[in-house]
Amino acid sequence: MTTIVGATAGATPPATAVANRHKRDWRGWGFVGPFVAVFLFVFIAPLIYALVSSLFSYRAFFGTTEFVGLSNYTKLFGDQLFWSGLGRVALVLLIQVPIMLGIALVIALAIDSGRLHGSGLFRISVFLPYLIPTVVAALMWGFLYGTNYGLVSQINSALGTHINPFAQQWILVSIGNVMTWTYVGYNMLIFYSSLRSINASLYEAALIDGASEWQIIKAIKLPHLRGSLAITTIFSIIGTFQLFNEPSIMQKMAPAVITNSFTPNMYAYNLSFSSGQQGYAAALAIVMGLITVIVAYAVQLRGLSLDEGKK
Amino acid sequence: MSTVTGSKSHRRAAGLLKPRKYNPNVVQKNWVRTIIIGIFVVYALFPLVWLLINATKTQQDFIGTFGFSFGHKFAFWDNIVQLFTYNNGLFGRWLLNTVMYVVIGGGGAVCLAILGGYGLAKYDFPGRKAVFMTVMGAIAVPSAALAVPTFLMFAKLGLTNTPISVIIPSLVAPFGLYLMYIFTLESVPTEILEAARMDGASEFRTFFTVALPLLAPGIVTVSLFTATTTWNNYFLPLIMLKDQNWYPLIIGLNQWNNQAFIPGAEPVQNLVVIGSLITILPLVATFLLLQRFWQAGLSAGGVKE
Repeated sequence: MTTIVGATAGATPPATAVANRHKRDWRGWGFVGPFVAVFLFVFIAPLIYALVSSLFSYRAFFGTTEFVGLSNYTKLFGDQLFWSGLGRVALVLLIQVPIMLGIALVIALAIDSGRLHGSGLFRISVFLPYLIPTVVAALMWGFLYGTNYGLVSQINSALGTHINPFAQQWILVSIGNVMTWTYVGYNMLIFYSSLRSINASLYEAALIDGASEWQIIKAIKLPHLRGSLAITTIFSIIGTFQLFNEPSIMQKMAPAVITNSFTPNMYAYNLSFSSGQQGYAAALAIVMGLITVIVAYAVQLRGLSLDEGKK
Repeated sequence: MSTVTGSKSHRRAAGLLKPRKYNPNVVQKNWVRTIIIGIFVVYALFPLVWLLINATKTQQDFIGTFGFSFGHKFAFWDNIVQLFTYNNGLFGRWLLNTVMYVVIGGGGAVCLAILGGYGLAKYDFPGRKAVFMTVMGAIAVPSAALAVPTFLMFAKLGLTNTPISVIIPSLVAPFGLYLMYIFTLESVPTEILEAARMDGASEFRTFFTVALPLLAPGIVTVSLFTATTTWNNYFLPLIMLKDQNWYPLIIGLNQWNNQAFIPGAEPVQNLVVIGSLITILPLVATFLLLQRFWQAGLSAGGVKE
C-alpha cells in the first residue's frame, strides 16, 4: 500500500474527499484557473512554438525562414556533436547519480539511527551546499581545482601526482563532484524526512523479535524509502539531462576541454544564441525533453501518481 | 526534536498516527560513525570556509596566496565598501533586482501553487485529471529545454530584456503545486470545509479562513524552496536579459568573474568572492532561522511510503 505520510489510511474516507461527485462542479476552476492560465502561457505555448519552429530552418544569409519538415530531426540523429554530448550526460547519470544518492542514503540512515553526536548540526551542514548558487559553487570549486594556488596543487605536491582537474580525462569527475557536493544534502533530507515518518511501533516490534540494526534497515527502512527513492531518482535524471550551469560556468577555466556542445543543453543554447539555428535548437530541445520523459517514466514516474493520497 | 514541533496540524489531520516514541537521545552514541559521517560534513563545509577566508583578501592576495591561508592584508571591510561602490553601485541594483524577482516571481508562484493544489485536492471539477496529469508531466520536462523556445516566443512578443521576461516564467512551479496538493490532502479535512459551508461561508472565504491556516507549515516549506530556486536562477535570466541593469545577483557575479578571463578587462575576483558571500547569506540565514518549520514541512509533505 502506498500512502502519503500523515494521511493515514481511513483518516479521510474516499467518498468525502471530493465534494459533490455526481453533479458537474466547476468551483474548482476558481482555484486552479490562475495557475492553469499562466501554465498554458509559459509551458504549453513555448512547447507548441518549439514544435512548430523545429520544422523550419532560418537562413541568415537570406533572412528568411523556410519549411524543412522533419529534416532538423534527421540531421540531429546524424549529428556527432549531439551524440557525444548525450553520451557525457548519460555517463554522469550512470556514475554520479548512484554515488550521490548512495551517499545521501548512508548519511540519512546514519542520522536516523540516532547514534551520531550532534546529528542536528550534521543535518544542516550537509544540506547547506544546496543553498549555494551554481555560479558560486563552480567558482569555489574552480579555485580549489586550480593547479597553482588551489587545493589540488597542494595535494599534487604532497603526493607527487600531476592531477589536473581541468584535463580531458578528469573534467567529468570535476563537474560530477560539484553536482554531488550541491545535491547530496537535499536528497539526504528527503530520505531522512521519509525515515522519520516510520511508525515507531514497527521498531518496537522488531526489537522485541530481536532484530539487529541491519535487519531493521533491510526489512523496514529501505522498503519504506522506495517512494522517496523514486522521487530523488526522477529529479536527478531530469537535472542531469539538462546539465548546463556547472559546465557552462567552468568553461572559462577549461575552454579547450569544455566545448560549446559539451552537453546537449549547452549545444542547444549555443545553436540558438551563437549560430542562429533556432529551428535546429528547438528540435534538439524537443528530443531531449522526450528522452528525459521516457527515461524518467521508465524508472518510475508512477511514484507521483494522482490517486495515491486518497487510498 | 525539531521535526516534531510544528507538524501538529498534519498529525491532527492524520488522527491515527501516534507521535514517535522512539527517541534518538536514548540510543547509545557511536563515535566511529560520527567520525565517518563527519568526513562528509567537512566535505560539505570546506569550500564555504574557503569562501570566508578569501572574502578577506585583496585581489593581489587572492591570486597570489594559498586558498586556505589569510592574505597579507585583512581587506574584508574594504571589499564590502568596494563591492557596493564598484561600477556606480551596480551590485546594490542587482541585489534589489533579485529581491524583486523573488518577491514577485517566487511569491506569485507560491500563491498560484497554494490555490491550485487546494483546488485539485478538494474539488472534482471537469478536467481535473487532465490538469493533474499535465502538471505531473511538466515536472519531468527539463525547464531548460523549454527556456530556449520561451526566449524565442518572448522575443516575438517583445518581452525579452525586461524584468517581466524573468518574472512570468518564474510564476509556474509545478512541483510546488504538487507539494501543496499533498499538504492539502493531509492537513485539511473535508469535514471542516463542509462545516464552514453549512455556516454559509463562500468557497473563497472557506479557503482563506479555514484551509489557509492549516496549510501554514506547508506554505513555509514551499515558499522557502521556491525562493531558493528563484534567488539562484541562472539559465532563465542569462538568456532573457541583455541589459546589466536588470541582472539578478548570480548573472552579475558571473559577468564580473568573467572579467578575469577577458584580456584587458579589470579582474575583480575579490569582489566576486565577497559578492558571493553576500549573495548566499540571506538564504542561509533564513533556512537556519526557520529550520524547524521547513523540516517539519518536508516530513509532512511530498515524501511518501
